[in-house]
Amino acid sequence: MATESPLQQFTIHPLADIHIGRIDLSFTNSALMMLVAAAIVTGVMVAAGSQGKLVPGRLQAAVETLYEFIANMVEENVGAEGRQYFPFLFTLFMFVLLGNLLGMIPYSFTFTSHIIVTFALAATVFIGVTLIGIARHGFHFLSLFAPHGVPKVLLLLLVPIELLSYCIRPFTLSIRLFANMVAGHTMLAIFASFAASLGIFFWAPIAMDAALVLLEFLVAVLQAYVFTILSCLYLKDAIHLH
Amino acid sequence: MDLASAKMIGAGLACIALVGAGIGIGNVFSALINSLARNPSAQVTTWAFLGFALAEATGLFGLLIAFMILFAF
Repeated sequence: MATESPLQQFTIHPLADIHIGRIDLSFTNSALMMLVAAAIVTGVMVAAGSQGKLVPGRLQAAVETLYEFIANMVEENVGAEGRQYFPFLFTLFMFVLLGNLLGMIPYSFTFTSHIIVTFALAATVFIGVTLIGIARHGFHFLSLFAPHGVPKVLLLLLVPIELLSYCIRPFTLSIRLFANMVAGHTMLAIFASFAASLGIFFWAPIAMDAALVLLEFLVAVLQAYVFTILSCLYLKDAIHLH
Repeated sequence: MDLASAKMIGAGLACIALVGAGIGIGNVFSALINSLARNPSAQVTTWAFLGFALAEATGLFGLLIAFMILFAF
């Protein structure tokens, strides 16, 4: 048995105590990692964009690839109307990507492994997309819940289902990212804890961990991609209404 | 039955959810291989990885429940 819980890596501890009245506003390791992620994204983007050569160097080429990747995703899924929402979606992608990748550094902290962080991101997307849909279509936005060409009787069944599946979107979006991060990192810790009890076969779980780290890097990038593309698809629903 | 053994059994049962994820991921990649064998120029790999991530996530919900039973309560 493990002597310490594999979930211990997710504990939040304050680095600087700040209390305003009864509210705890301490600067924690989670907040520090978010600041680091934001600083890295801003720093790399500014460093690559400030030169703006016609023939890009290595850094500029990498940033341009990322930019085109998200720009194409928005263009393909949302269409021309989606261009004005590109800055938000690009920021969202880079923030989640950096959060996942910074968590892969040993002994660091994964802020996307906390449900409140991912839920705040998903709720922002959900509320924003709903407001965009209402602002664009007004009362007609409700036709999102009643697909075209469906018999009237079936609508009684279909509208509640559509409404429910619309309302659980922020939850599925946030739980997907959070569960992937927690499950992956816990799995690494559990396999590592087997090494102590296996005697001369200690290398077997370590080798497994090495393979799992590769899988975790794939998952880290893939989940940032999935989070962004699902936000794109929700935005498409709000703009084009099926 | 005492609480500790009930926890162990519960965590084991929660991991049954991974059967569905295994079937789903297998389905996604078999369909990918099928379509690429029929039409090697098909641009479906990104969609396959999207499907892989979505299928894997549903299985992880079950794994998460197992972790929560074992370590959080």
